[in-house]
Amino acid sequence: MPFGNTHNKFKMNYSAEQEFPDLSQHNNHMAKVLTLDMYAQLRDKETPSGFTLDDIIQTGVDNPGHPFIMTVGCVAGDEETYDVFKDLMDPVIEDRHGGYKPSDKHKTDLNAENLEGGDDLDPNYVLSSRVRTGRSIRGFCLPPHCSRGERRAIEQLSIEALDSLEGDLKGKYYALKNMTEEEQQQLIDDHFLFDKPVSPLLLASGMARDWPDARGIWHNDNKTFLVWVNEEDHLRVISMQKGGNMREVFTRFCTGLTKIEDLFKNRGHEFMWNEHLGYVLTCPSNLGTGLRAGVHVKLPNVSKHEKFGEILKRLRLQKRGTGGVDTAAVGGVFDISNADRLGFSEVELVQMVVDGVNLLVNMEKRLEAGEAINDLMPEQK
Amino acid sequence: MASSFTRILSSKRNVGILSLVGGSVAAGFLLHREHVTAGEPLRRRYPASAEYPDLRKHNNCMASSLTPAIYAKLCDKATPNGYTLDQAIQTGVDNPGHPFIKTVGLVAGDEESYEVFAELLDPVIKERHNGYDPRTMKHPTDLNASKIQSGVFDERYVLSSRVRTGRSIRGLSLPPACTRAERREVERVVVDALSGLKEDLTGKYYSLTLMTEQEQQQLIDDHFLFDKPVSPLLTCAGMARDWPDGRGIWHNNEKTFLIWINEEDHTRVISMEKGGNMKRVFERFCRGLKEVERLIQERGWEFMWNERLGYILTCPSNLGTGLRAGVHVKLPRLSKDPRFSKILDNLRLQKRGTGGVDTAAVGGVFDISNLDRLGQSEVQLVQTVIDGVNYLIECEKRLEKGQDIKVPAPIKQFK
Repeated sequence: MPFGNTHNKFKMNYSAEQEFPDLSQHNNHMAKVLTLDMYAQLRDKETPSGFTLDDIIQTGVDNPGHPFIMTVGCVAGDEETYDVFKDLMDPVIEDRHGGYKPSDKHKTDLNAENLEGGDDLDPNYVLSSRVRTGRSIRGFCLPPHCSRGERRAIEQLSIEALDSLEGDLKGKYYALKNMTEEEQQQLIDDHFLFDKPVSPLLLASGMARDWPDARGIWHNDNKTFLVWVNEEDHLRVISMQKGGNMREVFTRFCTGLTKIEDLFKNRGHEFMWNEHLGYVLTCPSNLGTGLRAGVHVKLPNVSKHEKFGEILKRLRLQKRGTGGVDTAAVGGVFDISNADRLGFSEVELVQMVVDGVNLLVNMEKRLEAGEAINDLMPEQK
Repeated sequence: MASSFTRILSSKRNVGILSLVGGSVAAGFLLHREHVTAGEPLRRRYPASAEYPDLRKHNNCMASSLTPAIYAKLCDKATPNGYTLDQAIQTGVDNPGHPFIKTVGLVAGDEESYEVFAELLDPVIKERHNGYDPRTMKHPTDLNASKIQSGVFDERYVLSSRVRTGRSIRGLSLPPACTRAERREVERVVVDALSGLKEDLTGKYYSLTLMTEQEQQQLIDDHFLFDKPVSPLLTCAGMARDWPDGRGIWHNNEKTFLIWINEEDHTRVISMEKGGNMKRVFERFCRGLKEVERLIQERGWEFMWNERLGYILTCPSNLGTGLRAGVHVKLPRLSKDPRFSKILDNLRLQKRGTGGVDTAAVGGVFDISNLDRLGQSEVQLVQTVIDGVNYLIECEKRLEKGQDIKVPAPIKQFK
């Protein structure tokens, strides 16, 4: 992060009180947790790469919060952030991930065979299915903190690994700064192209520096497997297709991820992972699986039911508009996905989505037919 | 706070170097933890060529001057406070440029930035300030308003007059780099000094974090309130961090002398009034600045200034005087004349819309101000504006009568 860390020793000339941010107007996880005492304890620490407390919290200081959404308000600059600054990160993680404790262990399960069903979500209702996650390359700093040289090295490693994929995963890389007009238009039409972040939540953390240097998009020829390089994380991996065959989407997801991991290992690199936090990513909200499995599904009747919110909550699902986070639903079509990331395995989360969406579609059919849905109300998962 | 310009902190780090050759990754990244001295960050190290920014699509002063050789020479250096080259140029890397305006593309994090990174800053300054060479030339400072000749404009044409500049408090880092404590210290020092102003300069401070709804509305109505910067040129430089902490507005009761605290600079000082009495505006400007300087000196502080660069501010474009003296003036006929731009050029003036930089003129009313900042004194620049605006008004009057106008000879730049 270019703004804060070189000053860290210099800041010690001032007292903790003098440096402590004014969080009185703030409503994010960091602001709820960071006391003056904690700030005093942690402010002279640095990770081995030089990431400091002020670097971690800058985005949360600059963005007091959202009236409806509780944002996280802190980011990691490297893998060690979660350890060196555990006094801050652990309570933030516990608050964000439903009571996940520092002593808890996270289970990783990328064996798609363990999923039950999921291949027959009703395509009359389920328009598309998608699974995404992120991966970080161990030994490199994360987007808020990486230098241009590191970011380029990450891009280079990723291109080499992805170029080795074969069969239905064979594809091509498009660097943001080199793509032709035609390539750019095609990627926009396919809804693949990502743009420079505009959200102040992301900008304030420093992850948009040097845009578009070393950023790019890789996708397979079939356009069902997509990787974003150096956007909010080192890698964002997405498997998707039209229709309701979530099983196929998840199978490709697991196969692809496992292959990519092997390719990195062959080159002497591994992903950031540990048994407490699972996969380590930039934002604490994406720890564990980093997985969001979702569908675009037509629920015009269920969504108007007074218990819709409660049903989603019990199913451990969340709704978004079809433009993604912070958008509204259009034409009764919702993006329904898992609410959790950490503390459940990938298979468990996708299972929740599959089972939950099946239930919601059944409810929709009942309401269409003018029948009640009380007997279908789920228990809290 | 004493700062030795020769105390350049070289932050070379003794860690294993990973070099990337072509498309293949060299085997092994070595972490020699035992060689790392206490407090020195352990970073994956790349050669300067791997870190050099891609500036091929860029059009700003930094990109024009930052060669790979200069980057390699300066990239491991830091000012005594720890500010680095990468931090200084980040805004220019992130903002390739404006098609019409050549932006500067770098900022200073502290006073020493101008020395430690002189090899890049000197050519940038030379390009931006039309040939002023910081290596050989001296900048004149002159705040003696009594030297101004005439300076009261025809109010049928000139609607308002304004002079602004900036001042930095020596010993405290500048907005791109300052810590929260430093920023609060700037606020404290300046507000404390301003409370000592008397008579027509007596006024009040409105902190952005503490102002009431009514105060905020009044400041908006007076066109005094500044808001969090949205321009990526500024946000990418880090000067909007921790907003609105430590920021505020001070103005005198008569609303003719206004100071912004911790916006783009430590302070921006503005003297203004409706009508055409530029002489009085400048007189108040000089008097106010000198008083504030005296008051901070009483408390052991001083402004950042040296004879090479004049007053030191965040953006190299504001060095020297940091002064922009301007009027809102009605020039409906002259502005449509094809010779308008040339006339302005030769008079060393620039036009803007009445919303400020990057806005368009409305109803034939233009903001006309001096082009130059560095290499001429405050008195010289204000006189240039006075003489120039008088000439423009003469042209407008002639055109009203159907008479022809002449393009004046270009005035000499460095007097």
